[in-house]
Amino acid sequence: MTEHIVTSYDLELEALGRSIAEMGGIAEKMLSDAMDALVTMDVELARTVVSADPRLDALQRQVEDAAVMTIARRQPMAVDLRAIVASIRVSGDLERVGDLAKNIAKRAIKLGAEPRMPRATIGLKHMGEFALLQLKEVLDAYSARDVERARAVWMRDAELDALEDSVFRDLLTFMMEDPRNISFCTHLLFCSKNIERVGDHATNIAETVYYLVTGGNLPMERPKGGSINMAAGTK
Amino acid sequence: MTDLAVMENTSGPAVAKQPRAKLEIQGLNFYYGTTHALKNINLSLATNTVTAFIGPSGCGKSTLLRVLNRMYDLYPGQRAEGEVLLDNENVLNPQLDLNLLRARVGMVFQKPTPFPMTIYENIAFGIKLYENLPKSELDGRVEAALKGAALWTEVKDKLNASGLSLSGGQQQRLCIARTVAIQPEVILFDEPCSALDPISTAKVEELIDELKAKYTIAIVTHNMQQAARVSEFTAFMYLGEIVEYGRTDRIFTSPEKRQTQDYITGRFG
Repeated sequence: MTEHIVTSYDLELEALGRSIAEMGGIAEKMLSDAMDALVTMDVELARTVVSADPRLDALQRQVEDAAVMTIARRQPMAVDLRAIVASIRVSGDLERVGDLAKNIAKRAIKLGAEPRMPRATIGLKHMGEFALLQLKEVLDAYSARDVERARAVWMRDAELDALEDSVFRDLLTFMMEDPRNISFCTHLLFCSKNIERVGDHATNIAETVYYLVTGGNLPMERPKGGSINMAAGTK
Repeated sequence: MTDLAVMENTSGPAVAKQPRAKLEIQGLNFYYGTTHALKNINLSLATNTVTAFIGPSGCGKSTLLRVLNRMYDLYPGQRAEGEVLLDNENVLNPQLDLNLLRARVGMVFQKPTPFPMTIYENIAFGIKLYENLPKSELDGRVEAALKGAALWTEVKDKLNASGLSLSGGQQQRLCIARTVAIQPEVILFDEPCSALDPISTAKVEELIDELKAKYTIAIVTHNMQQAARVSEFTAFMYLGEIVEYGRTDRIFTSPEKRQTQDYITGRFG
């Protein structure tokens, strides 16, 4: 893209992009660490995730303030306007991803004292890896302004929903097998819900990338993969 | 989501529904002597809508506006080719009565141009050129015009003061009132707010919004936000050509042409 006549305008937009990139990096690391902490019951690692969240929150505010100032100063139009709106939206999504990772980390801290049941976390580990991949892909699509990559992320979310269903079934089985697993498995259920939500934020970002590049919107309905939870009324 | 909303999302600009055309410009070329200032312009101005013309200095926006009521006729060596149909009547026809044309197609300029007369006479002057009205009826028309230009409450107690005694913003609204007074069908605004403060600008914009219920409006403006605020359709011009024309909301959020995008985002101009 050619540069603006006013160079400081370009600098403002670049600064917004850098803040989003930093947020993306932090959110990815928080989710990855939270999942490691959960699977390996590493309470220390979980605590670092919780302590990383304020930085993410601060960055989100910074992005919003900078975006509002740019709108006020430059009255952005067309692709610039969309880029600024997109930065506000994406920063909101990433901040939520951070919150969800933090919630998983907090549960990992609580579970430190619970009886271990390694096989219960295998499905979750899968989900976490998948969600991380989705997040990474969509952030790359965002920085490269790549619509097709964003659309692929958007389509793939159905798989994460399906994984969540399977985890839901597994955890239910473990709880039925032995009621002493209930507390542990309930925490894991919440974790799986959190990961599924991360996937939703990734698809939100994919929609934003589509809007940013094309000015249009992806359809309201996207392919759904989950069914069990729907039947259980949790979706 | 309804099917309709889906259609709106996916429909391209070409499908945008347009009301009946008031002015239809076909194959218009314009020359200042040997300079080819407008090149093959084809465009319709829809009835009761505001169409904005944007583009860098010298792109031909004001020239185009000046063709629409034959303002260029005042200058030798300037000529237009092609057709400009006002309700299917060619404005460029040399036999056309220019006074009648300009009564139908009014114009407001960049700088306020009040006559050195009283406020009342500024308005009544134009009406008297075209109509012979009894005093009471003339008073009514003057009042209606001043009200129509959102100026009445500010000047009703000093109608005999000179038009030149008003502030810049008031003078501009006086000129709009003068244009409205002869009940034209089309109003051309050539950068009407460029010499005005933000409050006067807001008043003129509000006025344009009200005027479109009765008139078909074309506005040339250098202020992109103003174009985005007041118009339904926008034409981006560059080097005498219309580069892109479409619904204003689309032009300013997702223009199709690279040149349009670069201009409205401040990347050239």
